[in-house]
Amino acid sequence: MTGAPITRVTHAPGRLQRFQDGFARALLVEDCAAAGLAPEVARLAAQPAFAVYRNTVMKGCIDALRANYPSVARLVGEEWFRAAAAIYARANLPRHPTLADYGADFAGFLAAFAPAAELSYLAGVARLDRFWTEAHAARDQAPLALAAVARLTPGELARTALRPHASARWAWFDAQPIVTIWRRNRYPDSADDRELEWRGEGVLVVRPKAAVEHVELDAAACAFLDACAAGRPLADAAAAALAASTATDLARLMAGLLDAGAVGGLDILAREPEEHSR
Amino acid sequence: MAPSAGLGLKPQHFEEALASPADGVWFEVHPENYMVEGGPRLAWLDAIRARHPVALHGVALSLAAAARPDAGHLRRLGALVDRIQPALVSEHLAWSTWRGAYHPDLLPFPRTDEALARIADNVGRVQDALRRPIAIENPSHYLAIDGHEWDEIDFLEALARRTGCRLLLDVNNVFVSARNLGLSAAAYLDAFPGALVDEVHLAGHSADPALGPALLVDSHDAPVDPAVWALYERLIARIGPQPTLIERDDNLPAFEALLAERERAQAVLRAPLQEAA
Repeated sequence: MTGAPITRVTHAPGRLQRFQDGFARALLVEDCAAAGLAPEVARLAAQPAFAVYRNTVMKGCIDALRANYPSVARLVGEEWFRAAAAIYARANLPRHPTLADYGADFAGFLAAFAPAAELSYLAGVARLDRFWTEAHAARDQAPLALAAVARLTPGELARTALRPHASARWAWFDAQPIVTIWRRNRYPDSADDRELEWRGEGVLVVRPKAAVEHVELDAAACAFLDACAAGRPLADAAAAALAASTATDLARLMAGLLDAGAVGGLDILAREPEEHSR
Repeated sequence: MAPSAGLGLKPQHFEEALASPADGVWFEVHPENYMVEGGPRLAWLDAIRARHPVALHGVALSLAAAARPDAGHLRRLGALVDRIQPALVSEHLAWSTWRGAYHPDLLPFPRTDEALARIADNVGRVQDALRRPIAIENPSHYLAIDGHEWDEIDFLEALARRTGCRLLLDVNNVFVSARNLGLSAAAYLDAFPGALVDEVHLAGHSADPALGPALLVDSHDAPVDPAVWALYERLIARIGPQPTLIERDDNLPAFEALLAERERAQAVLRAPLQEAA
């Protein structure tokens, strides 16, 4: 079969780029007539079938957010969630096509979203849904065993820095029981009808093996992990934990974190770290 | 081995797919869903791959954009291809990523010399990076676009001639497009170059919720339509058996229901051999 037709209208180069600029804009604007679209695109956007593309793009974004933020959706209901997700998506299209990773800053959006102002815990819950997504897709890593720390000499221990597990995400919420609210909505089948205690809570979300798990942490454990993530040696991490809570049992704290799979490795620093007072 | 029928695979069906004893069954996934660093998704895909052939059907290389494919995306696709060793890698004659934003859809464009040159360059870059030919799928159409310089089949043939790429013929897309644009699906399929086809897709469509049956949407949320089955039988009788996929992305039925559709395609693929025996 021969390829090219005999007669040909050749358009100036750059037409494809102009077409895509206009088409991408027409997908998102409410009023195409007022959007000053190029005539070629305006004629397409005026066809009723153009809505198929608009609807598909928005549905793809909203469905992805719905899948990635199930606890938020359960708290606010499907209708509210999809309306908020549509507003987010119009302003924040995915930056890459792995939609399982879409909506990294949805918690920040909700924190600033006026209709959610009364739901002060919503952004925190969204943050924990995001932790789950990140832990689920993080690189595989065998957690550090307690034995690996136990066999260090006291001299080595002082120079050791623990590296958090590749999947480990943690946060301390000062004023609200975000973790309990999240857990009850992420895992609604788990029976827990105790009255909500209005207090601070912390959590570690981690995937030590195949499944994403979570463990409640106190403020000291969160401060300890923060110091580890910053590359600080154990002495500094311990000081951070004690600063958060003077009653901290450090041996128990470390054993608990290692048991949960929160640690992925350790570095024995070359020499005693210098004093880091400034 | 004789071409067989496969199934689009969704995470909800992983366990059943893994255990499926169906003879010659293979599975197709969207690589974008597996571009993660680790975790259960990749482990599932590895497990499926250890038992069955897997094809990668990309939706996001954005080959028809007036820009090169995103380097990071292409690198991640290459890593997945190395890991999975797919039976086939395919993509769409469409664009989706533009100026850094991904639009989760397969968007149309005017078929011009400029577009052909750009797409051929992009296909060439992808094939160089993956060190293998890819198959390009005919799109579903909803809009009447002014100023096409090329007929679609001529365009696909020219693309294959320039790049050495192969073609993926989606019979449902042909049916949907023909209905929406007032063309003949049978005439399109009769003119399609069978020698370039590496894979055939079958899927369900639905009437647009607002405009009704005058506008069909390639929604992959229903069983394959009887009219599409008839077109498929006619196509296979003409071009011979080709690996055929049942695609289902939404409104997922039980795995057995998809296996039954797959069995129907398998029967069509076996039919010419039975006649010859």
